[in-house]
Amino acid sequence: MNIEEVKKYYGEMLRIRRFEEEAARLYTERKIGGFLHLYIGQEAVAVGAVAAIDLKKDYVISAYRCHGHYLACGGSVRAGFAELLGKETGCAKGRGGSMHFYDVNLHYYGGWGIVGAHVPVAAGMAYALKYRNSGGVVICFIGDGAVNIGPFFEGMSLAALWGLPLVVIIENNYYAMGTPLHKTAPVEDLSIRALGFPVARDTADGFDVFAVKEVVARAVERARSKNQTTLIDVKCYRYRGHSMADPGTYRTKEEIEEKKRNDCILKLERYLDMNGYGDVIEEIKSKIENEIQQGLQEALNDPFPAVETAEKFAYVED
Amino acid sequence: MAVIQIREAIRDAIAEEMRKDDSVILLGEEVGEYDGAYKCSRGLLKEFGPHRVIDTPICENGFAGLGIGMAFLGLRPIVEFMTFNFSLIAIDQIINTAAKARLMSGGQLKCPIVFRGAGGAAKQLAAQHSNSFEHFYSYTPGLFVVAPSTPYDMKGLLKTCIRDDNPICFFESELTYSLKGEVPETEYYIPLGVGDIKKEGKDVTLISWSKNVHLALRVAEELQKDNIDAEVVDIRTLKPLDTQLIYDSVRKTNRCVVIQEQHEIASFGSYLAFIIQRDCFDYLDAPVEVVSSLEVPMPYSFVLEEYVFPSVERCKEAVYKVCYL
Ligand SMILES: Cc1ncc(C[n+]2csc(CCOP(=O)(O)OP(=O)(O)O)c2C)c(N)n1
Ligand SMILES: [Mg+2]
Repeated sequence: MNIEEVKKYYGEMLRIRRFEEEAARLYTERKIGGFLHLYIGQEAVAVGAVAAIDLKKDYVISAYRCHGHYLACGGSVRAGFAELLGKETGCAKGRGGSMHFYDVNLHYYGGWGIVGAHVPVAAGMAYALKYRNSGGVVICFIGDGAVNIGPFFEGMSLAALWGLPLVVIIENNYYAMGTPLHKTAPVEDLSIRALGFPVARDTADGFDVFAVKEVVARAVERARSKNQTTLIDVKCYRYRGHSMADPGTYRTKEEIEEKKRNDCILKLERYLDMNGYGDVIEEIKSKIENEIQQGLQEALNDPFPAVETAEKFAYVED
Repeated sequence: MAVIQIREAIRDAIAEEMRKDDSVILLGEEVGEYDGAYKCSRGLLKEFGPHRVIDTPICENGFAGLGIGMAFLGLRPIVEFMTFNFSLIAIDQIINTAAKARLMSGGQLKCPIVFRGAGGAAKQLAAQHSNSFEHFYSYTPGLFVVAPSTPYDMKGLLKTCIRDDNPICFFESELTYSLKGEVPETEYYIPLGVGDIKKEGKDVTLISWSKNVHLALRVAEELQKDNIDAEVVDIRTLKPLDTQLIYDSVRKTNRCVVIQEQHEIASFGSYLAFIIQRDCFDYLDAPVEVVSSLEVPMPYSFVLEEYVFPSVERCKEAVYKVCYL
């Protein structure tokens, strides 16, 4: 492992985790409303995948558990917190909320709340990139729960048919809300669905940022050079409930503890520690803590949207 | 001026915009090899090639969503639904993705897309193929809804819609694709939100859109035998709506009948009746009447179908009612 990469990904994953922990706190303090789906536990997937692309020409789109993808693309901590707080300075100007983060300049295209519906949208973005010969690729994150709904199949089959530069990553965290994987699919490796379209398939260990990066990089290369679509099953696990409202009665503490032993961040922290980079860990931690606390403070002080602007953004005004 | 069919007006509008701008793309079932299920894209595949005139498999949600993704990255897709009956498969993409993308992203995303196809019933296609859905889309903030009635309006409005940066549902009609009318040889655009008086009159205002404008014109003609001089207002775009044109007409005639193919409950016509009574109350000599399809899924037999549709007879009765005749 390249030590610079270890430091980089460690920091990026920690940044997401700390953001989510603070978000959870804000939620329990009732400062943020609506649904809050935390990404804690799955950080290696977003960070590993984004490490494999070039956001100057590539694009990312995901579902409602979106803070991690937004941050991995370089999204601002302050604008993220501001969005959760419903502030005008939010990454969607307080109009989207937790499920609908966007930063078009960073090529992060959301943040979508209808399970599976953004798969055809991702295919359309890939069509546009191919049509313009841009050499760009679209990365689309979905959950294990999304591989059973029509739009998933329709989007994948169009991508296969037209050879679109698209990489669909299933973040297989074993649960769709409280429904375990074995009740929604007859197999654990959901990439098997690739066979019918057909598109290329692969699997990765979502607790290992380097493994994710490697597998996604291969898929991106296929997409870029051969316009081949890939479906990847990445096994991962969310430590928190489906949303903050979820008491988690459908799984055991032991199961969660067992998964946590393989934690993507702790693994890199141990590696850094063992290789004599203890001071670097502290440095990274304090740098991130500063960014988080400063972003949060700024967001808390930021203004709410003016109510007179409530109808703004319904239409493109010329 | 050339006299052309509505299907040709649509084809010409698309072709002109495609020639001008290579970001304009047509996709849908049968749009290429087959020239369109109703021949609205005759010759386009040959002229523009398969990357711009895209035959899709039968997957309305898939290709509607795909069109939206194209629009996010700068293309201007025209998504053809063979008919709007099948738009229900894609309604989540239209309402939850296209219409809301701009708001949810705080103004970052733009979705310049036209969903077009035949809306409303044709002849004896039975219940599943005879739906009138303009109100679903008109109800949704973030969408514009257009439903012209003549070749001239069809062409000028479709060209405007293709150039517009908002998602738009554009309703045509199976029964009027062959209808002919004059269309200028020179290029023109018709702005959204501007209705049109299709016949001037002073005694009663008949309001309609899409193919029922032609019904309203027939009704107006028949009413002349009764010495009633009806004005026919074609709203042309449901959203944005030209309320001024409607109000000016109603304030002149003091009586109003809305003619629609929709069912009455929660329909666009009921909405029109509401805003007219709210904003023109002092000018009205009678409550606004709305003539609609009867409250039943469309039966097949032509005897029943004709009875369910708004008929000349039912429209005339409504006019007599608002005239206290
Ligand atoms: C079409 C649709 N049906 C139902 C829901 C409600 N819902 C939100 S998240 C969810 C579970 C999805 O699970 P999964 O795809 O595995 O993603 P995860 O939450 O594990 O990230 C459901 C059923 C929805 N948002 N969209
Ligand atoms: Mg899941």
